[in-house]
Amino acid sequence: MSENAMGSTMVEEQFAGGDRARSLARDFAAHRRKSGALPVAWLERTMRSVGLEVYTQSFSRKLPFPDETHERYMVSGINVYGILRAPRAASTESLVLTVPCGPDSTNSQAVGLMLALAAHFRGQIYWAKDIIFLVTEHDLLGTEAWLEAYHDVNITGMQSSPLQGRAGAIQAAVALELSSDVVTSLDVAVEGLNGQLPNLDLLNLFQTFCQKGGLLCTLQGKLQPQDWTSIDGPLQSVQTLLLMVLQQASGRPHGAHGLFLRYRVEALTLRGINSFRQYKYDLVAVGKALEGMFRKLNHLLERLHQSFFFYLLPALSRFVSIGLYMPAAGFLLLVLGLKALELWMQLHEAGVGPEEAGENPPHPLTQGVGLASLVAPLLVSQAMGLALYILPVLGQHVATQHFPVAEAEAVVLTLLAIYAAGLALPHNTHRVVSTQAPDRGWMALKLVALIYLALQLACITLTNFSLGFLLAASMVPAAAITKPSEPRALYAALLVLTSPAATLLGSLFLWRELQEAPLSLTEGWQLFLATLAQGVLEHHTYGALLFPLLALGLYPCWLLFWNVLFWK
Amino acid sequence: MVDTCFLSRGLTTLAGLLLLPFGSLAASQIEDQAEQFFRSGHTNNWAVLVCTSRFWFNYRHVANTLSVYRSVKRLGIPDSHIVLMLADDMACNPRNPKPATVYSHKNMELNVYGDDVEVDYRSYEVTVENFLRVLTGRIPSSTPRSKRLLSDDRSNILIYMTGHGGNGFLKFQDSEEITNIELADAFEQMWQKRRYNELLFIIDTCQGASMYERFYSPNIMALASSQVGEDSLSHQPDPAVGVHLMDRYTFYVLEFLEEINPASQTNMNDLFQVCPRSLCVSTPGHRTDLFQRDPKNVLITDFFGSVRKVEITTETISLQPDSGVVESSYKKDQMVEELMEPLKYAEQLPVAQIIHQKPKLKDWHPPGGFILGLWALIIMVFFKTYGIKHMKFIF
Repeated sequence: MSENAMGSTMVEEQFAGGDRARSLARDFAAHRRKSGALPVAWLERTMRSVGLEVYTQSFSRKLPFPDETHERYMVSGINVYGILRAPRAASTESLVLTVPCGPDSTNSQAVGLMLALAAHFRGQIYWAKDIIFLVTEHDLLGTEAWLEAYHDVNITGMQSSPLQGRAGAIQAAVALELSSDVVTSLDVAVEGLNGQLPNLDLLNLFQTFCQKGGLLCTLQGKLQPQDWTSIDGPLQSVQTLLLMVLQQASGRPHGAHGLFLRYRVEALTLRGINSFRQYKYDLVAVGKALEGMFRKLNHLLERLHQSFFFYLLPALSRFVSIGLYMPAAGFLLLVLGLKALELWMQLHEAGVGPEEAGENPPHPLTQGVGLASLVAPLLVSQAMGLALYILPVLGQHVATQHFPVAEAEAVVLTLLAIYAAGLALPHNTHRVVSTQAPDRGWMALKLVALIYLALQLACITLTNFSLGFLLAASMVPAAAITKPSEPRALYAALLVLTSPAATLLGSLFLWRELQEAPLSLTEGWQLFLATLAQGVLEHHTYGALLFPLLALGLYPCWLLFWNVLFWK
Repeated sequence: MVDTCFLSRGLTTLAGLLLLPFGSLAASQIEDQAEQFFRSGHTNNWAVLVCTSRFWFNYRHVANTLSVYRSVKRLGIPDSHIVLMLADDMACNPRNPKPATVYSHKNMELNVYGDDVEVDYRSYEVTVENFLRVLTGRIPSSTPRSKRLLSDDRSNILIYMTGHGGNGFLKFQDSEEITNIELADAFEQMWQKRRYNELLFIIDTCQGASMYERFYSPNIMALASSQVGEDSLSHQPDPAVGVHLMDRYTFYVLEFLEEINPASQTNMNDLFQVCPRSLCVSTPGHRTDLFQRDPKNVLITDFFGSVRKVEITTETISLQPDSGVVESSYKKDQMVEELMEPLKYAEQLPVAQIIHQKPKLKDWHPPGGFILGLWALIIMVFFKTYGIKHMKFIF
């Protein structure tokens, strides 16, 4: 633990409200079944009886197209939150315990536990920060609405009513998801929106309480590897690491905590998993772990900043810091840089050659023609990228009028259609532009494409290392060796296999393989289509950047290489 | 008639002559006891207790200082003679589950904050400047009496410091430091202004022994909780409060002090044995070379208590100014000055030794990571541009 204030001393947990948590959970589930949505009045009453200051917030949002996985289109809901004021401190800082409730995951045990914990916390006098207990409707949409209203911003176009009660700057947040009365293990999720991660100290805090309470804690659904002497331990940790890389690269918020990270609030999601193990923990054990975590977080004097913000986790108690893994991406991008350097020198030799032979005009002429023949492919590729970004969502209604498809399917099919249409480009651009120095034109284009790709990948790697490394590992080899020579079919196949869409498809298969639930081809394709739809939706609802990065940045770049390959 | 007068006078003189040695024996015993009164040479006691850290997780430093404060008060030093410097943010901290208390033992046995604690320098007033001003007496005239160290040349002063420290420095409240050289100079100023008779300096921090290495003024005895390169460890965490309550060294010093009462004759050698390595994990150290008296003749209550020496006697004692003692004390002063002369101000920092130090041999590691990549890039570009054939010009 790098933070001195959270120190090495253990605190004694005294939470004993397991029965109360269970009865509250049952009440909540019953009321929810009756009303079909979040039982706001019951929640308000219960929170007030526990002793919190209760407020509500309503929000609504019309999604760009209907969401097939969650089955929602026009979403409106009410968030309920109660604030426990610190008895002897000014309300300048706060901690958040949030339970996201959605139509598919009722999360009633988590609500019960949260209310029981609130009752227990209310009886203690050692709180130096306010504690906010937040129940959100439509899980992540509600969380996003609450966060935007709390920080007084409007990033995603959500219509939400302003918050009546506030509690100061949020220092840390924990999101809880429980679906059963007893759990066999607690799974922790750290990856957030756009690959952001919370401070490693928060994860260390969770891990210390796992060890103290003897709880079984998992990361990415995998247990801690026990033996490091044989090959099993390192192999399992490599699998965990790859899973984390894939999840971080996808840029999805894997839980309510992912949305908190955008506002620089360190957050974690804890999921209770009930599997077929024999030894089970009841709500008291989970409650004690949470109580200990909150009590330790209470000791904080400043925001968590001592430990790492960029890391990879092969196991819950091990991490790889950025200083160790960044050089790998650096070397990959170096390949692009060196290739660009080589092309530059070849271009200059070609430019110098005719001069030595005594012909003066061709030197500026080749340069001029080179530039003109570059601009057209660049503009056309970028226009294709723009079309890929805008047209699917814009044209969904037109598509549903003319074809018998649902809106979500229309969006996905339009995406795929525009993507495939880009493959036919080279045959068309050459009708527009006439080249006078065919041999050297492709070199200039490839040079520009290499530098463009290197810049984009460098920027992506800095913020989201997993995404940058994954894309670099797939695109850099093909990009470096592409040239318009025989055998074109082989190069074309290689380039298509390493295009962003194919990387996405491949990583889906890999992800399910690592989770030990492998997919068949048809299932994989279905999942791929669903992922495309989710990606577009998340970009519009949460501001996830994977879709615009791939559509506006990497796809045009890839198209440039495709143009280079089919240069005539 | 005359014969009886002579005989009675002779008898009385004979009796007187016979009783004289007994009388002189008794008188010399009383005079010896009277000499014992002035054995230590001090007439009043002061204590300066400093806790140099703040924030909730440094609870144990405040508990250390307050425990020493309690012991010192119990043994007789009044609040007017104690300068207590604390960042007083523990008792009323919102994180304290028992407000208005500071506990030094687990299970809340002993509340050292109590009802009658008088903190002289509180919170942000505990700075290096204020501490040095208190010691040297260079205080603005508006300072209240309770914040001054009004000691004279017959005062024995106890200085106790605790907090976070390192090799040669002590950290004050996360924003500044005092070095061992500054401290030594402050004590020298005190000596030259005749502000103390004898000084006992106790420090409980990591690498505490480094703080007394540079003392050069006479009549200073120093104790530290750990040697250079060692950390002082904390004693017991209290899960109910959530922090460590005390440091080990002060905990065992306090156990030792609990058995001292104002009349006890325990001497300093026993204090040096407190907290051996098995209990403290670190090695406590002490320094007595600047001290005139033998530590076994120095009572604990000479520093920790304020003992009024009162003896009731019906004898009449005539106190002679013992010229022998006065002359020997003058000689001692001169000898002390001769011994001290070679240590000049500028020689405290052994610059010559530092400059001519041999450089540490670091293990050679092959260049890794970024440097390797950079050099590889430069070499590749070089050979690509100029071709391999140019290598023959190099070799």
